[in-house]
Amino acid sequence: MQAMPKWADAVLIPLISILLAFFFSGLMIWAIGKDPVVAIQTMIQGAFGSTNGIGYTLYYTTNFIFTGLAIAVAYHARLFNIGGEGQVMLGGLGVALVCLAIDWPHWALALPAAMIGGAVFGAAWAFIPAYLQAKRGSHIVITTMMFNFIASAFVGYILLNYLKVPGSMSTESAGFSAGAHLPTFHEMLAPFGINFSKNAPANISFLIALLAAFGFWVLIWKTRLGYEIRSFGASETAAKYAGINPVRITIIAMMISGALCGLMAINNVMGEAERLIDNAPEGAGFIGIAVALMGRNHPIGIVLAALLFGFLYQGGAELTFWEAIPRELIVVIQGLVIMFTGALDNMVRAPLEKLFLALRKTKEA
Amino acid sequence: MVSTTSQGRQTPAAPPASEPLAIELRGISKAFGPVQANKDINISVHKGSIHGIIGENGAGKSTLMSILYGFYKADSGTILINGKEVHITDSQAAISAGIGMVFQHFKLIENFTVLENVVLGAEDGRLLRPSLAKARKLLKKLSDEYELSVDPDALIEDLSVGHQQRVEILKALYRQADILILDEPTGVLTPAEADHLFRILQGLKEQGKTIILITHKLREIMDVTDSVSVMRRGEMTDTVKTAETSPEELAELMVGRKVLLEVNKAPATPGAPVLEVENLTVVDSHGVTRVKGIDLHVRAGEILGIAGVAGNGQTELLEVLGGYQNGTGTIRLKGEELDLTGSASDGQSRRARGIAHVPEDRHDEGLILEFSAWENIIFGYHHDPEYQKNALIMDNAKIKKIAREKMERFDTRPLNEKLEAKSFSGGNQQKIVLAREIERNPDLLLIGQPTRGVDIGAIEFIHEQIVALRDQGKAILLVSVELDEILSLSDRIAVMFDGNIMGERLPSETDERELGMLMAGINTGADAAQTGGA
Repeated sequence: MQAMPKWADAVLIPLISILLAFFFSGLMIWAIGKDPVVAIQTMIQGAFGSTNGIGYTLYYTTNFIFTGLAIAVAYHARLFNIGGEGQVMLGGLGVALVCLAIDWPHWALALPAAMIGGAVFGAAWAFIPAYLQAKRGSHIVITTMMFNFIASAFVGYILLNYLKVPGSMSTESAGFSAGAHLPTFHEMLAPFGINFSKNAPANISFLIALLAAFGFWVLIWKTRLGYEIRSFGASETAAKYAGINPVRITIIAMMISGALCGLMAINNVMGEAERLIDNAPEGAGFIGIAVALMGRNHPIGIVLAALLFGFLYQGGAELTFWEAIPRELIVVIQGLVIMFTGALDNMVRAPLEKLFLALRKTKEA
Repeated sequence: MVSTTSQGRQTPAAPPASEPLAIELRGISKAFGPVQANKDINISVHKGSIHGIIGENGAGKSTLMSILYGFYKADSGTILINGKEVHITDSQAAISAGIGMVFQHFKLIENFTVLENVVLGAEDGRLLRPSLAKARKLLKKLSDEYELSVDPDALIEDLSVGHQQRVEILKALYRQADILILDEPTGVLTPAEADHLFRILQGLKEQGKTIILITHKLREIMDVTDSVSVMRRGEMTDTVKTAETSPEELAELMVGRKVLLEVNKAPATPGAPVLEVENLTVVDSHGVTRVKGIDLHVRAGEILGIAGVAGNGQTELLEVLGGYQNGTGTIRLKGEELDLTGSASDGQSRRARGIAHVPEDRHDEGLILEFSAWENIIFGYHHDPEYQKNALIMDNAKIKKIAREKMERFDTRPLNEKLEAKSFSGGNQQKIVLAREIERNPDLLLIGQPTRGVDIGAIEFIHEQIVALRDQGKAILLVSVELDEILSLSDRIAVMFDGNIMGERLPSETDERELGMLMAGINTGADAAQTGGA
């Protein structure tokens, strides 16, 4: 018997948690002498008020869907992949190498090739900590975290010594050729008579991200591999009893996770920057942890949570711009959302369960 | 029922002049979310008596005792200790009310000495020495009085389970407990140790202590208690004087219907050997040799029971046979050798060879509690072509249908394949595992602790299924710590002690006493010479 209907568990609890987070965020804004109502209006206006705002919001959302799914795959095997950031960086390198390798005739050819490049590099980067965990027992939280720093240094080194345009002042690769240019929302929606902002970075990668979310669902709940990943995550001893190889599952789950992180690079490197820049992920690998947590490791939840964080990123940027609210406060707001939706889940859940039970009792009586 | 105030313990108020009651529970109710664990429970326990509480798993025994010990707060109802109402808000309050608890899983610190464990949490001051000295004196007195002898300076990890349990009792007595609650105390003991424990309890009773014994073993209730309360589905069905009842009546009160306590089975007609084990040695990951070169065989159409106190190598034996523990030696299945190490030695390959395995630990191995029943019904067999839609996707709809059919044949209740495994009772969880393993029609069934944590009604059913499989000519290797079960199910019995097989007996030619000796590592039989030094 369930204490609460499913919709309450899936929708009501996160909603209340977010409202609580916004309430406390409002208090913070009020405390530094700004008007919380104006602030929230600015954020919503900035994130959803124009096609330009929507374009930026969905661009960030795309990043977070990829990393959120990546963290969630690993989590289904009870592996905490803290190395999303590094895997995205390596994915960026893979995408850049593919895009720079030849003069691509058309994006429809460049995109699949770049996807493979990003996924392979991301997966390879995740393989090392996965192998160390599976074979040597080195804790994956520690190794993946350290691999973020190694990735940063490594990609920086490659950029500076091999990919940088000679004579240029900035640490970035050459721009990709026109054939590797991905269709933006502006270009995609023009045939339908919709005039989407030309400057917004949202591009076809968003659809790839949604496809990845669907693929995630199939993988985890419809395939044998997903079944084995979930079994291993739920109980390692039971998995061993059933003849599921822990080494194999650890490595495969982490490589899928790394591949999804690497795929994110088609959005930020190929779709937006169109060249490889230093520190391209801008923290998306870490936001992915919050997104997976909030989305309860389910693709629908992850897409919605990614949208929320996309909104916070874009709306937050507007807030800094128009209201002179410091950038740091945006981080505080993000932190509050993570805290209320993830860490303080039971604070909302317990009283709500009681409420539903009481309601049921009065109905029965 | 004589009130013994000579015990020297200063009870806060004098009991009423009439019948002195040590504990009185009135109308205790407790719900966990939608589950009503205790419903209007009333119990009266007389001073200086042993009161048994018996009931199936999930009947609410442990919840009730947890309320009495301050782990849970009752939703309603009152608790009276020595006739005076008390509010037990935490375990400290329970201790000061004179209640001591001996848990099923001991709460001892392994690398502390006996004395340190006894004193822990009840130190008199900031310095340890005076408390330790006081405890030492008391321990000496208690061990003289009640056969409770333990070396006060021994480390807990060096003690046998029986001795560890004595430390738990000493802990309670050191805290001046007048009421001692023991939760399934004999589960981990050899028969001799259990007898010793009951002598201790009798001694305590004679000194005026009140003892509550929670158990699922009818025989213990009959042997040592003065009165017994039966619980079923959170309710107290009856309280009777032990002298005026019978095991059959108690079983019926527990289950709500007539129960067959004996296993009905025809004599075995064993065929050719199915499983042959030669010189099997298992060294665990800590480098400890758990199985020391044993030989055994199981023939088609017979049940070989492995008796022994938990932790004497039976678990590792099952694990090697099940394919998830490495070993050395030879294992043959129907004459063909099995790999004992390497990639061809895992659960999948064992299943492919026709070995089914109902593991000892249902919660950690046999099931994934968060998975629904239908997902559990294919666990380990999920690569089977029958369950696939195509190369990539599993046929979940078909699996659900098959799961429902299997559950129905094994009388699993509730018959809902979409329910999470953890929502089923212990007995029904075990039926899910059995349905999965037995329905595969294996050549060899490994089955560990088939009825641990399983209610009486389901035990009957599970035993029938095992015997039915044997009668189909399958080989069955049964591991159980319950001697009753071993004696009633097995066609041959091997006793394991310290990684060795101490001896083999036929159930018709042995008894609990002899098996108990073997379980303790003492072989006085004709085969003493050949196995004693193995």
